[in-house]
Amino acid sequence: MRASLAPRRRLYNTGAKLLLWLSAGICCVLLLFVIGYICYRGLPGVSWELLTGQESILQGTAGIFPSLVNTLYVIIVSLAVALPLGAGAAIYLTEYAKSRRLVNAVEFAADILAGIPSILYALIGVILFCTALRLQKTLLAGSLTLAIMILPTILRTTQESLRTVPRSYREGSLGLGSGQWHMIRTVVLPSAADGIVTGCILAAGRVTGESAVLMYTAGLSTVMQDFSSIENIMKASGATLTAALYVYAKERADFAEAFAVATILLFLTILINFSAELAAKRLHKRKK
Amino acid sequence: MNRSRTRSSPSELAMRTLLFICALTAVIFVLLITVYLILSGLPAIQEIGLFNFLFGDIWQPTSSTDPKFGILPMILTSIYGAAAAIVIGVPIGIFTAIFLAKAAPPKLAALIRPMIGLLAGIPSVVYGLVGMCVLVPCLRKWLDLPAGDSLLAAVIVLAVMILPSVISVSETALEAVPKEYEEASLALGATELETYFRVTAPAAKSGIAAAAALGTGRAIGEAMAILMVAGNVANMPSLLKSVRFLTTGIAIEMNYAAPGSLQRQALFSIGLVLFLFIMLINILLSIVLKADKGDNL
Repeated sequence: MRASLAPRRRLYNTGAKLLLWLSAGICCVLLLFVIGYICYRGLPGVSWELLTGQESILQGTAGIFPSLVNTLYVIIVSLAVALPLGAGAAIYLTEYAKSRRLVNAVEFAADILAGIPSILYALIGVILFCTALRLQKTLLAGSLTLAIMILPTILRTTQESLRTVPRSYREGSLGLGSGQWHMIRTVVLPSAADGIVTGCILAAGRVTGESAVLMYTAGLSTVMQDFSSIENIMKASGATLTAALYVYAKERADFAEAFAVATILLFLTILINFSAELAAKRLHKRKK
Repeated sequence: MNRSRTRSSPSELAMRTLLFICALTAVIFVLLITVYLILSGLPAIQEIGLFNFLFGDIWQPTSSTDPKFGILPMILTSIYGAAAAIVIGVPIGIFTAIFLAKAAPPKLAALIRPMIGLLAGIPSVVYGLVGMCVLVPCLRKWLDLPAGDSLLAAVIVLAVMILPSVISVSETALEAVPKEYEEASLALGATELETYFRVTAPAAKSGIAAAAALGTGRAIGEAMAILMVAGNVANMPSLLKSVRFLTTGIAIEMNYAAPGSLQRQALFSIGLVLFLFIMLINILLSIVLKADKGDNL
């Protein structure tokens, strides 16, 4: 049947097929090249000492433990702020809101927040948290800025997972005399939990990969910070993994270390993507 | 009738109010961001003069004798850079999306999709690092330049970085096209590939346009990756010269500009200009999406 096509159409078909395979091929080759190259230059530098050690010029040791801790700090604090806000907003929008206008306004605002580039968040962090709220350049200021940035991610994923909870669950609970919030807490939220977890994983991924905001709001020190008291925790200021990578590569031209950090970031990205996919798969299974 | 009474028990009412406040935070943040960006961006523009700021072609903020604050080179670089990245990245992205949504064997598509997700997840500094260590030296050698840091390097990095968002948005749009369209086309004797290109893709055109708009936003807004490969001299845009984008213009001087100085205030003004660009793209995007809804009705 194919053989009976006119030559021009056959050419079109072959050309189109080639184009599609070529484009997809380019994407895959690009990814494999980036992963391969990072691992090739970075893996030899990754060692237990690097992961758990501190950088010291006096002792000539390299180590990125402080940056790892800072990254964890930023993930935890920004999620702790954004999760209640984002999930709460999503709950209000799907369970309570009666005015379509309010829903539209909040969704539009979330879309705008999602579209603002990170360098502008950096400026906002500098103006709002570092200067106006007098937090100076601290991990806390950086985390709060990032909380705004990941708010739309959490809001949208929570909203989506709340929508997958069947109406009958809600009606059953309300019919038995439960109050609205009691119903949400005991029936809706448990069934939407995996969607919310997916949102948190995605948000953690964005925070891990973010650099511009943290470079200007959280500082660039690669020395271990003092987390011994609440006051010190609030004052701590340092570089996360991405900021440390930038400092090593661009300001110190220390590429061995930069690629080692890049390798670690790459593994974190793969880990985060994998777990997000796993969580999303569970969500889809339930949907069916 | 009784429900309204149970619902307004004190704890229920408290939760309802609390959640309402949560819902408002997104709106409040947007307002705060807009107001603060405008308030901190305006003083420098007033001092420099809007025309001199937007259309001045020399940026030398730290010159002691004759400081100049013209951001035209950065504006043009951002526009050219984003446009070129889109010309390269969007077609590849759309073809890959057609491949994944329609033409690929399902098993292969299931293998490639997570790879695209990974491409989206790789931090921008990592792209910058690879660009710095692979792309820049290669460009220098191949094109016989004194330095490989150039608009071209930045464009290539940007094109790669917008791929995943273009792919995922247009794939969703392609998958939403009703099966009947394709079946009708196939029944009329078109081959599968002709159907994808001449029926499915045109039917998903507004989704694909949204993907392109999203890519544009990403390309205009990216800072760290191109900071590492573009050279960062505020030249008028030229493909093989070192250039400075709006984003990198902020990034490169932010940590050095003295607080309260006109230079620092001018950086906030650049931020305001960038913000306006992004809002413009967002508005265009929502118009495109709304037009689509109108079509379907």
